[in-house]
Amino acid sequence: MILKEDLWKNMPNMVINKSWIELGLGRLYAIWLREFKVFLREKSRLIASTFTPLLWLFVIGEGFGSTTDFFGTMDFAADSYIGYQQFIFPGIICMSVIFTSVFFGSYIIWDRKFDFLKSVMVAPVSRTTIFLGKAFGGMTTSLIQAAILLVVGFVIGIHYTPLSMVFIIIIILLLSFTLTSLGLTLGSHMESLEGFQLIVSFVVFPLYFLSGALFPLNNLPTWLSILTTLDPVTYGVGALREVMLGITGMNSFALNISVLLLSAAVLGTVGVLSFRRMKAV
Amino acid sequence: MIIIKNLFKQYDNVTVLNDINIEVFDNEVFGLLGPNGAGKTTLIHILATLIKPTAGTATVNGYDIIKNPSEVRSSIGIVFQAPSSDDMLTGYENLKLHSLLYAVPKELREKRISEVLELVGLTNRKDDQVKKYSGGMRRRLEIARGLLHKPTVIFLDEPTLGLDPSSREVMWKYINRLVKDEKITLILTTHYMEEADFLCDRIGIIDKGTIIALDSPTQLKEQLGGEVIEMEFANKHVDKENIDRVLKQCNFVRKVELEAKNGNVLIYVDDASHNLPTILKILDKANNTEVESVELRSPTLNDVFLKFAQRHITKKQGQDEDEDDSEGGFMEKYAQYGNK
Ligand SMILES: Nc1ncnc2c1ncn2[C@@H]1O[C@H](COP(=O)(O)OP(=O)(O)OP(=O)(O)O)[C@@H](O)[C@H]1O
Ligand SMILES: [Mg+2]
Repeated sequence: MILKEDLWKNMPNMVINKSWIELGLGRLYAIWLREFKVFLREKSRLIASTFTPLLWLFVIGEGFGSTTDFFGTMDFAADSYIGYQQFIFPGIICMSVIFTSVFFGSYIIWDRKFDFLKSVMVAPVSRTTIFLGKAFGGMTTSLIQAAILLVVGFVIGIHYTPLSMVFIIIIILLLSFTLTSLGLTLGSHMESLEGFQLIVSFVVFPLYFLSGALFPLNNLPTWLSILTTLDPVTYGVGALREVMLGITGMNSFALNISVLLLSAAVLGTVGVLSFRRMKAV
Repeated sequence: MIIIKNLFKQYDNVTVLNDINIEVFDNEVFGLLGPNGAGKTTLIHILATLIKPTAGTATVNGYDIIKNPSEVRSSIGIVFQAPSSDDMLTGYENLKLHSLLYAVPKELREKRISEVLELVGLTNRKDDQVKKYSGGMRRRLEIARGLLHKPTVIFLDEPTLGLDPSSREVMWKYINRLVKDEKITLILTTHYMEEADFLCDRIGIIDKGTIIALDSPTQLKEQLGGEVIEMEFANKHVDKENIDRVLKQCNFVRKVELEAKNGNVLIYVDDASHNLPTILKILDKANNTEVESVELRSPTLNDVFLKFAQRHITKKQGQDEDEDDSEGGFMEKYAQYGNK
């Protein structure tokens, strides 16, 4: 190590005449950037979370799709030329968003485990900023993952228009903000890594299976339709299906979007509150 | 400046910090010493606003840690006991992240980052991911990060843990210079007594959440009663009282003690190197006091630490004899081990 004579001499007074909003944005950017870089570097995570949805799309999609007798009688698509694979495509996008966002959020358990979180919390950064930085990181990650799948959509015959692309992106971002907030909230209450497995079993899979990603919601038994109504992802799937395939499901587009907005607001608030309460050490 | 007032911290029913009162002056290096689990890290975490105290409060740089935590956080730098950098990022990226979090002005960011990198000798490894660093390199990165934003109060929780001797010495020199030149106030914990002795203006010894001694290293050593001559006698069962009586005529002898373990006699004296011949002469004339070997020691901070820790335990054991908790037992062993 080398001693540098003038190390401390050249640093002017650190009192900064910046507005709090400017400072907040800088810090938000810092946290977001960190998340983004880590995401780009964890190649295995990227590959794994792209592969699983593709498996569903092609194996389940083609597999069930080929038994047309069975699904042909089902009234899941008004237009006869929409196959099962296309039908579940919006659901598979949502699946990717669920996995990416919830996992991303609950990764905060690792941040705590390796003490990185402590080093952020001892900096003059508000908990809300940390939360938002992470949530934006989760949204970015989810959007990139979804974009890969959207490209695959061309292959299976999904048509996009500029307007539908805008809606698709908005829906994905809303859903991923909601689910990243959920993951962050759960993660902020957990002290050990064991909790992570619970999140997978009791949050991630139910959110996916109850969303109507794989089946139409019209003829469900009451108990199941109550559960699907409670799942925020249901509205994401519904909205995407309408934008991508022109199928109006149980709920109108306006209702879908409203519920998505509402759940983003609720879970975002809960997340911020959880972060404020979270123990640093 | 740091003022700690009647600070308590309890976890469930365990009191981890028990009525801590310390005033750390501007531009002072204050050392916190104490056995494992004494509460050093907890105290630092409280001062850094990461944990809330159960009772009492403290001010750091004039800001109350409970009422103005974000002002406190802006003005402190901290090096944690365990590494806390992001493994996936490079050393440079970690520093960049923190310069943004601490709002280091844009014009200075790059310059400042390269300065601290150079200081800790990581310039040529700055673009490697931290997971590829050695333990000592991680440590150095943490130190660089703690200094990055020019804090006025710095907490170092075992800063040189895992550093090689030469890096440690460079770090000591740097810390010394930092405090002198830049009027930094520094609180550090360490298990290396020579480090505390070299760096600290004052030292607080903490055990089981209580400050059991607080003074300058010189004063603490002085309290042990000057220099020590350890003598081994030909007669293994030498009579301590006898030696005490014989040496009473010398006013430079402060006290005589029997070393319990090996039967040697400890003679506490002023100016040992000059007075040793006199003592030997006297003992030579006396009966049954044939000296076999002599060792001359100046008390080190190590002796101070062991002495205080030991005394604390003895006192505690006297108070509640049947409550012989395992931790106390360990401390005692620790103390004896160190004495040898
Ligand atoms: N979250 C916690 N819950 C319960 N007890 C805790 C918690 N954190 C620390 N302690 C206890 O507080 C005591 C003090 O711990 P602390 O980490 O402050 O010790 P220390 O002096 O830094 O020790 P070391 O030299 O080993 O670093 C210990 O007995 C520890 O078990
Ligand atoms: Mg400690």
